[in-house]
Amino acid sequence: MADAPAGVLRRAGEGVHAYGLIVGMWVRSTMAYRTSFVMMALGNFAATALDFVGIAIMFTHTDTLGGFTLPEVALLYGTTSTSFGLADLALGTMDRVGRRVRDGTMDTLLVRPVPVLAQVAADRFALRRLGRVSQGVLLLAWTLYRLDVHWTPVTLLLLPLMLISGAVIFGAVFVAGAAFQFRAQDASEVQNAFTYGGTTMLQYPPTVFATELVRGVTFVVPLAFVNWLPALRILGRDDPLGLPGWVDFASPLVALVCCALAGAAWRAGLRGYRSTGS
Amino acid sequence: MGLVRLYAAVAVSGFRRYATYRMATAAGLFTNTVFGFIVAYTFIALWNERPHLGGYDQAQALTFVWVTQALLGAACLIGGGFQEELQERIRSGDIAVDLYRPADLQLWWLANDLGRAVFQLLGRGVVPLLVGALCFELALPRDPLTWLVFLLSVLLGVVVGFGLRYLVALCAFWLLDGSGVNTLNGLLSIFFSGTLLPLAVFPGAFGEIVRMLPWAAMLQVPADVLLGRHGGAGGVAAALGFQTMWAVLLLAAGRSVQAVATRKVVVQGG
Amino acid sequence: MADGEGQGTVDGFIELDGVEKVFDVRRKAGFLRRERHRVRAVDGISFRVPRGEMVGYIGPNGAGKSTTIKMLTGILVPSGGRLRVAGIDPARDRTRLARRIGVVFGQRTTLWWDLPLRDSYGLVRRMYRIPDARYRANLERCVELLDLGDLLDVPVRQLSLGQRMRGDIAAALLHDPEVLYLDEPTIGLDVVSKAKVREFLRDVNAERGTTVLLTTHDLTDIEQLCKRVMVIDHGRLVYDGGLDGLHAVGGSERVLVIDLERELPPITDVPGARPVKVEGPRQWLAFAATQSAAPIVAAVAARHPLVDLSVREPDIEEVIAKMYADRKAL
Repeated sequence: MADAPAGVLRRAGEGVHAYGLIVGMWVRSTMAYRTSFVMMALGNFAATALDFVGIAIMFTHTDTLGGFTLPEVALLYGTTSTSFGLADLALGTMDRVGRRVRDGTMDTLLVRPVPVLAQVAADRFALRRLGRVSQGVLLLAWTLYRLDVHWTPVTLLLLPLMLISGAVIFGAVFVAGAAFQFRAQDASEVQNAFTYGGTTMLQYPPTVFATELVRGVTFVVPLAFVNWLPALRILGRDDPLGLPGWVDFASPLVALVCCALAGAAWRAGLRGYRSTGS
Repeated sequence: MGLVRLYAAVAVSGFRRYATYRMATAAGLFTNTVFGFIVAYTFIALWNERPHLGGYDQAQALTFVWVTQALLGAACLIGGGFQEELQERIRSGDIAVDLYRPADLQLWWLANDLGRAVFQLLGRGVVPLLVGALCFELALPRDPLTWLVFLLSVLLGVVVGFGLRYLVALCAFWLLDGSGVNTLNGLLSIFFSGTLLPLAVFPGAFGEIVRMLPWAAMLQVPADVLLGRHGGAGGVAAALGFQTMWAVLLLAAGRSVQAVATRKVVVQGG
Repeated sequence: MADGEGQGTVDGFIELDGVEKVFDVRRKAGFLRRERHRVRAVDGISFRVPRGEMVGYIGPNGAGKSTTIKMLTGILVPSGGRLRVAGIDPARDRTRLARRIGVVFGQRTTLWWDLPLRDSYGLVRRMYRIPDARYRANLERCVELLDLGDLLDVPVRQLSLGQRMRGDIAAALLHDPEVLYLDEPTIGLDVVSKAKVREFLRDVNAERGTTVLLTTHDLTDIEQLCKRVMVIDHGRLVYDGGLDGLHAVGGSERVLVIDLERELPPITDVPGARPVKVEGPRQWLAFAATQSAAPIVAAVAARHPLVDLSVREPDIEEVIAKMYADRKAL
């Protein structure tokens, strides 16, 4: 009864408004230490770039990895880095929920007239995380230039769709991870396995991994929809699980389902907190 | 004698402190293990293409992966450790109190850090190595002596890591905000320790240089000791000597920086 | 209007009927074993606070004070009983209620550490969507009464604890809340800041009719601000009434401090008073707080060479401590 569609939309609008306000405050706070900000942004860029240097070093010893060439792997790397970078920029500091519950500052968020999720999502917003996004985008641009694929209107449309859906899927993982911290306040590292671990995995071709692992990230934690399935379509390759072709276009749908599940997890987490206060 | 007991107590308290974070330890274990699997498969793919890359066979390469995950916490390969806490004490001026304690600042933090490392080696090291050994074919030695020397090498690696992080922490005496240096330190450590890729695989002259830097002492050398790659007692002694040299150099550098910093505190009165 | 907003103002602006909060606590009982047991943090509390009243809510640590405040603000959902603030059920309509209440958590600032105080207020304005004119009027008033003029452009990290608390109180009042909850608002403050905060709260309460509920360990806060006190212990309300009544219930005593011309043995010949301390020519005589001081002063003056005298009011801290002790003895 309380969640009429109009009410949900209004609350979502309020959430976005509040998110923007708080993000603005953090950006201004960051600028109080400008030098430090520049160093951190460069560091963020370099840290992610080093990941790719590691892959590039691998390719000094071999021409293909799991049957994929360097530009092909770079497409996987660029797409997941961009998607993950966007999600990390927008929601990456959500892992402070556990700390807020522990030190009691969660309560100060609950007495404000805006959604708690928006406040937590914007908490400690770190603009330096643009470093990761820009690294992903730069690499993606290089790949698209180097990659020898036949572009069709469909695959051209698939590319932005993949990046956005991927960001949303990773965003849902961040929200679910934050919700889990209501239960286990010290377990912020668990979500790293799915976020940082997930993006690391997606940087490599699926052919590299054991089939069970690929099944797991397709059907259990659907990270395969971030880039593997749509990117394989762009590269004109079959997926190792032999799924039907339409699955390559299912990323937006999967992203929506992930959002719904993450939202439910968040509400359950918050409800639990409000009944136990622990 | 009293001093030994003091630093032992500090080390024990460092151990205990980390031991209280059970949930965090379990979460870290989980993440280490997941990463172990991911990296292991990429290494299998690479070693399928190049079976003896860097002088490792596939089992040795996989052992390297799981040793890396096992040492990630203890050697602070991708971050962690005491430096932010020490920086906070420097910034707030509490450091003045520490300097007047009967204990030596550097040794106090070293003892504390060793306590932490021992806990993380046990709490976050054993399980990933076991999981790795169960799920993959690893090249683990049967000889208990090799394991003992490996542990000694890990200890030296932790001391080298401490020496680096202590220098980083002391930067706070001159810099208002240490986060930039901390980030840089984390980056160098990830890349030059071999966490990303064994240093043995780094190509050409670049590889030669990288293998002589102090970061090599943190992971690459202990892993090679375990894999028996140093061939014979002489090779192992040379490897441990390399670690000891860096440990001594860095600790000495830390001492002199500390002396300069202390003079600064005394002159400025905090 | 079964649950209407107007109705609440007749009986009580804040209404609690048999409100309970039960927690399941897991306790370590051995190496890995955890024992579960239930804790009744709030165990059937009922009270009403009319609009515009200023009430002290006191009790020892762990008595259930914060839990009550958390239920009143909608942070925690009660396990039982009925609770209304301005006619709103806080647990169900938390965000709607948030616009009408102000909360100050004594030790957790909501101000932005690295930004000027003014920026934090700007955020409040936009988050609560406060109309421009009203925002400016409210800010001006807070700035004047809380002496914030010189601080508005100072980053919060450079403010003293007292300045920050004043800043926090102002932040909680910019949206004209009808009720203000203060959790330890004077903790850690110096005497001057304490006085300023108290004066401001009195003023807000008197002029705007803001209902104020105050938890504190500093009983001077209560003495100076609240006519009504509620005492909570073990999750139950053990006292609800005026300060004077608290003295009667607690069986407290006032003390007459007399300075004599010279050192004398303890005075024991005044009915209703007993000597509690002698220090040279100065003596302390205790008598029941409910009794008038005049006949005792007259009796002392008639029998002894009196130079000066003063009456010391009972310390309610002692009164409450005594109340707790009595309850435990029962």
